[in-house]
Amino acid sequence: MTVGLFLTQALNGLQLGILLFLLAAGLTLVFGIMNFVNLAHGSLYMMGAYFAAAVFNATGSFVVAGLVGVPATMLLGIVVERVALTRLYARDHLDQVLATFGLILFFNELVRIIWGPASVYMNVPAALSGTVELFGLRYPSYRFAIIGVGLAVGLGLYLLIHRTRAGMLIRAGATHPEIVAALGVNIRRLNTLVFGLGAALAGLAGLMAGPIVSVQPGMGEPILILTLVVIVTGGIGSIRGAFYGALIVGVVDTIGRAFLPTLLREFLERSLAQAAGPAIASMLIYVLMAVVLAIRPQGLFPVRHG
Amino acid sequence: MTRPMPVPEAGAGGDAPRASAPRRKVTASKLVGGVLLVGLALVPVISALIEQPYYVTLFTRMVIFALAALGLNLILGYGALVSFGHALYIGLGAYAVGILSFHGVGSGWAHLGVALAVGGVVAVVLGLICLRTSGMAFIMITLAFAQMFYFLAFTLKQYGGDDGLTIAARSDFGLFTLASNTTLYYFAFALLVVCLVAFHRLVHARFGMVLRGCRANERRMAALGFPTLRYKLTAYVISALVCVIAGVLLANLTKFAAPSYMSWQGSGDLIVMIVLGGMGTLIGPVAGAVGLLVLEEFLSAWTDHWMIVLGPMIVLIVLTAKRGIYGYLADRDARRATEAGTGA
Repeated sequence: MTVGLFLTQALNGLQLGILLFLLAAGLTLVFGIMNFVNLAHGSLYMMGAYFAAAVFNATGSFVVAGLVGVPATMLLGIVVERVALTRLYARDHLDQVLATFGLILFFNELVRIIWGPASVYMNVPAALSGTVELFGLRYPSYRFAIIGVGLAVGLGLYLLIHRTRAGMLIRAGATHPEIVAALGVNIRRLNTLVFGLGAALAGLAGLMAGPIVSVQPGMGEPILILTLVVIVTGGIGSIRGAFYGALIVGVVDTIGRAFLPTLLREFLERSLAQAAGPAIASMLIYVLMAVVLAIRPQGLFPVRHG
Repeated sequence: MTRPMPVPEAGAGGDAPRASAPRRKVTASKLVGGVLLVGLALVPVISALIEQPYYVTLFTRMVIFALAALGLNLILGYGALVSFGHALYIGLGAYAVGILSFHGVGSGWAHLGVALAVGGVVAVVLGLICLRTSGMAFIMITLAFAQMFYFLAFTLKQYGGDDGLTIAARSDFGLFTLASNTTLYYFAFALLVVCLVAFHRLVHARFGMVLRGCRANERRMAALGFPTLRYKLTAYVISALVCVIAGVLLANLTKFAAPSYMSWQGSGDLIVMIVLGGMGTLIGPVAGAVGLLVLEEFLSAWTDHWMIVLGPMIVLIVLTAKRGIYGYLADRDARRATEAGTGA
């Protein structure tokens, strides 16, 4: 196990964590403000990836793909929110989960009809197809770009929520929606704004992930589950929790998968280690989540009220 | 903040003894429940008469999922604990049969015993962790744990990995084997009826009252001195074990165990069945399981892309038919009974 390999895997973990953060931020914002759980968030990510792949393959420009794909996902999110989801805000969580479960089935089948059941490929943009040299380590520049975009979004979200009027209303709406509405703020428009922001972030995640994963029906669910683990671990409703939770889950998952099987071989019989290694590695983040919940049921970085 | 689930009036099950209706009238909900069960009992006979043996297999699936939905409904309907991961227990039951058969153990008693033991241990451990949370976090964490076992099944390379595990022969219970489709059907149906009777007693006993009390206001139940965690955990384990039995039956039906049995779609389908039929009732999940599988059968015969119809239908069901098919009838009967009671 060389230091270089470890560093590469750590960067891979960071990059997965950043992607998870883009999704978790939207999901946790929507949950924090509207007390609404949107299982179809993974479907928005999938639609974002498909939009981006379609535009990229038609025009050959990654920038155009982003300029079309992200707003298109945002628009789709807003339409879905207006048509189906606003009626569910006042319902209990069971109804919300069930309705968004129905939406997942719908979107998965929709992309299967439009783009077919096979994967759609999306190349890494030419300008970012090389590698970057860092401390003698060669790492794909596109993955660095993902990390950069994610950190920029994180900073942007922090400034938006803590330094702007809209952010102030979002924070107020999360804790005292009735008071905010009584002060004359259009809470419905605020909800739509937040939902659209979440959808745009999911679309951005889909765009950035497009070239490094296979764009296919049902691609949103595995990452949605990881996102749920992130949110539960970090603390539901907290952007800070989503950020740190995403990084922890991304790094632990990647490092565990890369090194645990080799590490186990040091202690266990070869055949047993080969069987148990991948199994334990795939369970690692869930065990982490269980430990966090056992010690702090509210998550690592819960929302601070007041 | 979590909102409490809407609480149906006492006796909304349609099968509760009601003080206000001394004469045992035949109500619509009782009629539907009775017709449903008698109809299910006659399925092999009818399918033999019309020479369509396929229907026995189709209805075995319905009975198995009815059993699983009935199990989940104990915590979902009566306890307001929305587990989005109960397909996990169906998978555990199926894999117990698969792995034991793989090693040459064909005894049905061993299959059931090992499945229930493993399922019980997993349910106690996961239940203790999951029940530390409530509301939204409970939904997410049950989903995540089910997914953990789903991926775990993928890594079981010696037992087929993601291809799944073919089972050579159905369980052998000594006195009878499940080799014939009709025997398997009646075995599953008998287990369903046993569970229905047992659950009827359970939810109307002190245990069920405490569970429903927790649904309405857990803090008050705790203040009254009830160890609410112990009640909720017991309910969680019972509901998991019923799903484990359903998994054992499903593996016998398909002669196959695969990770897909534990997929989150499976857990979602179970919840759809309960809500479609009417949660917090006993017959509701059975009606919902039959309803959803019949619907899927019709839609998939009509188009390959039937999910694009089913998805929006689920959204519509949630938005409009809050109490489900059977729940609607049961509510109406309960309302009429109270009106008759006050009028007399």
